[in-house]
Amino acid sequence: MSAELLPDMTLTLLLLIMAWGALYAPQRSDAMALFIAFGVVVALIWARLDAPDLALAEAAIGAGLTGVLLMHAARALPDELHRSNRTATYWGALAFAVVASLMFLAHLLTDDSLLNAGLLDTDSDVTPSLRVLADANVADSGVSHPVTAVLLNFRAWDTLLELLVLLFALSGLRQLFPRESAPDDHATSRWPESLALMSAWARVLAPLLVVTGGYLLWRGSSAPGGAFQAGSLLAAAAVMLRLTGLLPALRWSSVWLRLSVVAGALFFLSVAAATAIWGDGWLTYPAAASGLLIVSIEIFATLSIAITLSLLVIGEWEDLRS
Amino acid sequence: MTDTPLMTAIELYLTLGVAVFLLSLHGLMTLHDPIRRLIAVNLMGAGTFLVMVSLARRSEVPDPVLHALVVTGLVVAISATAFALRLIIAAHTEGGKQRDREDRNTEGGGKQPP
Repeated sequence: MSAELLPDMTLTLLLLIMAWGALYAPQRSDAMALFIAFGVVVALIWARLDAPDLALAEAAIGAGLTGVLLMHAARALPDELHRSNRTATYWGALAFAVVASLMFLAHLLTDDSLLNAGLLDTDSDVTPSLRVLADANVADSGVSHPVTAVLLNFRAWDTLLELLVLLFALSGLRQLFPRESAPDDHATSRWPESLALMSAWARVLAPLLVVTGGYLLWRGSSAPGGAFQAGSLLAAAAVMLRLTGLLPALRWSSVWLRLSVVAGALFFLSVAAATAIWGDGWLTYPAAASGLLIVSIEIFATLSIAITLSLLVIGEWEDLRS
Repeated sequence: MTDTPLMTAIELYLTLGVAVFLLSLHGLMTLHDPIRRLIAVNLMGAGTFLVMVSLARRSEVPDPVLHALVVTGLVVAISATAFALRLIIAAHTEGGKQRDREDRNTEGGGKQPP
């Protein structure tokens, strides 16, 4: 075993401890805190695996927003739900998990066909052929960063459907809001004065987050970054300001809010329709304008993602009644 | 042994992904608290992403297709989590209301004069 593996072994061990803690820590608040730590370690692993796009997205979404979401929602549930978090223990299943992982590792070490199948010189696997296609066409896609080219050009369908998934999640959320409880001034009544430090920090951090988000959005066409990372950073800024009471409640009755929620999907759909009617086909951009189109889609998508994610995370405080 | 290392980082992370997935599956089966179950589902997703990103790293330049799929997956995961949390809370409050109603009914029934 070489010394090169030491950081990887450390991250592996850390991740397993975090996962175990996030599942079985005696207190639910500890479990949620460990889940956030799990997200941070995963972001480090993405960086180790040369996936900076994912490291950025995971740090903002997986570690940040999901953590806030869980902690925020858990306050609405009483403690008795987790008093008996483990009534039965399935040691057999756990042993199976350990043995299966070890067998998988042993298989990987003795037989390297799985690792070789993905290399570029074979044409036996599905992934490499897609990959060869992607690599060959990045130059014509209008952007120079391959991940952005795949997200918004080659597999633009996925991204369009993903924006629709966000919309569906938000509309599902709106259906389930308690009707009678008016979310008047929860923000000011629930947060104690001891949060002065947090609100002071929020004032400093929020502008930085907005600038970083804009930078990531702009750099996304040529370097790691893009609409999702930028959108989740902006959402993080909005959530932070909202939790410290510095931002007024988002009101569903505002036309601008509704417009920005659907802006990304609408613009994407109209581009798709326009290319289908006047162009070469559904979501096949004209070569001359593809760079411009991708950047404009990303700008609208960032707006939608930012607003939708903040509503998903802190929606219960907002006035979402139409 | 040849001069190739006994284990590479990719093999390590592939195994870690499988281990995290199976550990969380175990959690999903044994835990009772809905929040913890939701955490377990999220961890299972993280294990899957870990396998995908490790597979993307097999060649010198990582595979952009798998990276793009995982970016999409992250956003879908948080949407699903937000919706699931709202469902958990709604189920809980509805259940609480129903219990209250039942309590009130039995109370009233007991007090009613014949």
